[in-house]
Amino acid sequence: MKWTIEVGRYDRTQAPKPGTTRPYPPPYENAPAKRYQTFEVELDDQAMVLDALIAIREYQDESLAVRCACRSAICGSCGMWVNGHARLACISKLRDVAQDGKVTVESPPSMPVIRDLVADMTPFWEKNRKVKPWLENKTPVPSGEEYRVPNDAMENLIQEVSCISCGLCLMDCESYGVNPNFIGPAALAKAYRYSADPRDDKTTQRLGEYSKPDGVWDCTHCYECVSVCPKGVAPLEQILKLRRMAVEAGFTDNAGTRHAEAFADSVRDSGRLNELTLMPKSFGLFNIRAQLASLPAAFNMMRAGKLPPIIHHKIPHLERIKTIFKRLGGIK
Amino acid sequence: MKVAFWPGCVSKGACPELYVSMQKIAPTLGLELAELYEAPCTGAGVLTEQNPELAYSLNALTLAMAEREGAALMTICSTCQGVLSGAQYKLSHDEELLQRVNGTLLESGFQYGATTEVKHLLWMLVEDIGLERIRPLVKRKLTGLAVAPFYGCYILRPEEHLGLRERPERSTYLEQIIELVGATPVEYHGKSKCCGFPMLTFNRDTSLKMAGKHLLEAKNKGADVLVTPCPLCHLNLDGQQPDAEGVVKEQIGTPIFHLPQLLGLAFGFEPEELRLNRHVVSTKLALDKVELKV
Ligand code: SF4
Ligand code: SF4
Ligand code: FES
Repeated sequence: MKWTIEVGRYDRTQAPKPGTTRPYPPPYENAPAKRYQTFEVELDDQAMVLDALIAIREYQDESLAVRCACRSAICGSCGMWVNGHARLACISKLRDVAQDGKVTVESPPSMPVIRDLVADMTPFWEKNRKVKPWLENKTPVPSGEEYRVPNDAMENLIQEVSCISCGLCLMDCESYGVNPNFIGPAALAKAYRYSADPRDDKTTQRLGEYSKPDGVWDCTHCYECVSVCPKGVAPLEQILKLRRMAVEAGFTDNAGTRHAEAFADSVRDSGRLNELTLMPKSFGLFNIRAQLASLPAAFNMMRAGKLPPIIHHKIPHLERIKTIFKRLGGIK
Repeated sequence: MKVAFWPGCVSKGACPELYVSMQKIAPTLGLELAELYEAPCTGAGVLTEQNPELAYSLNALTLAMAEREGAALMTICSTCQGVLSGAQYKLSHDEELLQRVNGTLLESGFQYGATTEVKHLLWMLVEDIGLERIRPLVKRKLTGLAVAPFYGCYILRPEEHLGLRERPERSTYLEQIIELVGATPVEYHGKSKCCGFPMLTFNRDTSLKMAGKHLLEAKNKGADVLVTPCPLCHLNLDGQQPDAEGVVKEQIGTPIFHLPQLLGLAFGFEPEELRLNRHVVSTKLALDKVELKV
């Protein structure tokens, strides 16, 4: 079969210096000196995107830069954008991703690039390091022995342990896309893995760190990381577990927790979301700066006749809702 | 066709134009809306993340109300759809959870049998009503209008909960509707990304950057208007657009239609009837293109 492969390329001289570039601002076209080059390859319909790229490099243009090793979703080195979504080229079948026989591949615009399809993974590793991805033990290992942990204490960590550090989740993370300092999905999933490990002695300090700006509360809950991860790590789910752990450990003085509490109060007391009180309560009543910053938007909405009714209606049979809350507790 | 109708809090709060336009187009589509007035807020994912069982129980109550109506549950909000689909997925895959939840619901007078199908209007249009039946209802072709679809997150991800593994074409329905009403769909990367609303109260700057980025991208690809199946996306993309312009330091001025408003225009309703005059970003320029006035 004939396939058309469009490859986003960077001339070596114009490619940004590794490690120096941060996510490109919108629109994406502003990314430096990318040009698209089209190749045609003949491959059967079981072939992967990576097979096509290797065929191009071997037989058509040896200057094409592409990174790969295992060719079986283990080394995590072949992550790239395939038709605008982060994927491993080695397990993406051409026939599954091609549209009318055509596939576009490029280095994702959220990452610095070394050349062509080779993204610079420096931000990924920096973020990993930030969460201290190692155990911090209380006591030295009992001599002549090793730490023992019950099986079920580890079961809950298996999901994260499957991570191959391919970086796909970071490439498509929407929060990282606009805030380069956000610690990001893979590193936070790893943070959960160590926070929930019974051998770790620094859980509370960890949770305090992860609750700071650019940490767990700066995830926008978009599920991109869950969707693109080839190993079922579901980073967002690990982030949500960290948020719960942090709230339980008492790290509640942040807008994220206040928001959740205000939300729960509104549902308990009226059965509905009260938009009028949600915002101020989330900012904290005394956070005048945040309150003021949101005023123009509120004013615009009022002028358009879009502000919610001042008298917040309760749903009928509210006692049902109150009973459920009483039985299961609210937030915290 | 009768549906149990869950409009969501926002369509009855800050986005009344969504509720009104849905009510307008329902008879044209032959939809009988049995509104669930006694159902609680879904918790918008915020409750699920902090106290999952609380959220599953509240949503099981809503799902049980639809079950009693003997009809599918129809939403007009991607976020409600995501949360209800997630609850339905969990409740129908975890027998123990379902039993515990039914225990919690005892006093409510409702028990849930886990049989309710939850469907956003967008899915209903294509899968239950059918585009062929809608085509003849189009009285006013929106020819020449470039419409950028904006799905938002929760009607697409996570795929297991939302049936996208079985029906990947659900990620193309907005484009199909845009073509059906005679308009031209605009292709751009941001269509399936996050509008930023979930972060609006904790990290306003990041939230508005997201909104601004997608709006600018759509505008630069030629969009006259965006259409969204989610009122929370609407709040960020329309309600916060003037502030987002400040953050990305560019003028945007691109209006956002709710899905029922786009259909309503095509069915021949007047812009005011669909409350297209009640947006923060003026819809005037877009409506001029199809020779309509607000
Ligand atoms: S859910 Fe959070 S961590 Fe995952 S991609 Fe979205 S913003 Fe990033
Ligand atoms: S979490 Fe998944 S997508 Fe992210 S680096 Fe690990 S394996 Fe890759
Ligand atoms: S080549 Fe190793 S993961 Fe693709």
